[in-house]
Amino acid sequence: MFCLRGVRYRDILDIERLEIPEGKVTCIVGESGSGKTTLLRLLNKLISYDNGEIVYKGRSLKDIDSVELRRRVVMLPQTPPIFPGTVRDNLLIGLVFSEKPLVGEEKLLEIMEMVHLDKGLDEDAEKLSGGEKQRLALGRVLLMDPEVFLLDEPSSALDEDTEEVVIGSLVKYAGERGKTVVMVTHSKQVARSFSDKIVEINHGRVVSR
Amino acid sequence: MKGIIELQMWQVAVAYIFIVILLFIVRTRGIPREKEILVASLRMTLQLVLTGYILAYIFNNSHPLYTLLAISVMEAFAIYNTYKRVKTPLSPRLREIIAVSMVTGTLASLFYFLLVVVRISPWYDPRYVIPIAGMLIGNSMTGISLGVSRLVDGMRTQQHLVEAALMLGATPGAASKQIVNASFDAAILPTINSMVGMGIVFLPGMMTGQILSGVSPLTAIEYQIAIMLGILGSVALTVVMSVQLGYKTFFNEECQLDLQ
Repeated sequence: MFCLRGVRYRDILDIERLEIPEGKVTCIVGESGSGKTTLLRLLNKLISYDNGEIVYKGRSLKDIDSVELRRRVVMLPQTPPIFPGTVRDNLLIGLVFSEKPLVGEEKLLEIMEMVHLDKGLDEDAEKLSGGEKQRLALGRVLLMDPEVFLLDEPSSALDEDTEEVVIGSLVKYAGERGKTVVMVTHSKQVARSFSDKIVEINHGRVVSR
Repeated sequence: MKGIIELQMWQVAVAYIFIVILLFIVRTRGIPREKEILVASLRMTLQLVLTGYILAYIFNNSHPLYTLLAISVMEAFAIYNTYKRVKTPLSPRLREIIAVSMVTGTLASLFYFLLVVVRISPWYDPRYVIPIAGMLIGNSMTGISLGVSRLVDGMRTQQHLVEAALMLGATPGAASKQIVNASFDAAILPTINSMVGMGIVFLPGMMTGQILSGVSPLTAIEYQIAIMLGILGSVALTVVMSVQLGYKTFFNEECQLDLQ
């Protein structure tokens, strides 16, 4: 799906070679500050690499329009972004931003169940707890149905049991639809139980394992 | 209808008694403000005397070049003042946008006002052009300063939300729409508020001046209403241009957030 060759970004990342397989779950692990988030941001084209090349489905990222790419390769940042408004507004805003058709109440409730968010659609999203916000933000990107999910620590604010369930249903959803998941995680548990491929990054370089 | 009473030099001098009273108050209370008060009084006096002579000269020697020169000086001063009022550093691109918005927005509304609403002739009649340009430019300056401050501030404090929107495939315009709208709103609100209080809480300067010089209050309010609408238009036009073009300076050609 993604193929990186000789990619450098400032003095943060220096990746000789990395393949991210299509339709699989790839976990990215490594110490904080090692460049994991930077890697996701590069794949989402939120930043541009200085050297080398990143190829997505056979096309160089440089040749793909940033906005078009981000609509197919959606990123969820580590701090779950909450926009002013209700839970419903926050779920739908991804579709609004990416100019996709909105969905009905039924679909919203289905997604809420998938991320185990037991809240009313009309509640103020600002009032949710940290873990609830994280699941809300996850539900938002699931609703967008992109080709690739780039998830930065999607379960950092969840307790172990919820983490297991939420990431489990995410991976199941992606598997059924042939979606690609790239997930940065601190959790050894998550990496072990859900990933098809584990990439370890240390000081901006991919560690062979 | 009576004309205005001409003030003699000694009558103006007597008015300085108010400065003396103020100086007396701050001195006896030990408030260290004497220097500023003296400088302010002196500056006000010198600047107004100078302006009075310049305007008198321009009015008596009416020429399109003089009028245009006066407008240019006001525009330049307003642009410079906007840069100073916005406390955060401004990128060269944003400075350019402020200048362009100020000039085009105020000139468009100024000439609409003069040629379509008031219908002055000749078009450069300084007695109309200069005071009205001053009011439009002055209010627009306040508007742009507020709008751009809010824009720069919003982009910095809400950087994570703007980036989050980009990550979801938003165009830069959609990602910063909330900030741009809030900036526009904050910039036009003072003008709207001043319209609400007008005539009750205070009598605007232009209207007061016309009444003092013997114009009927009914004519004075006609002018005041028209100028208020002109000010509103000018502020709206300059501010919408500056924020609508301004937000784009925070993104590069790859639609990435670029806060320098």
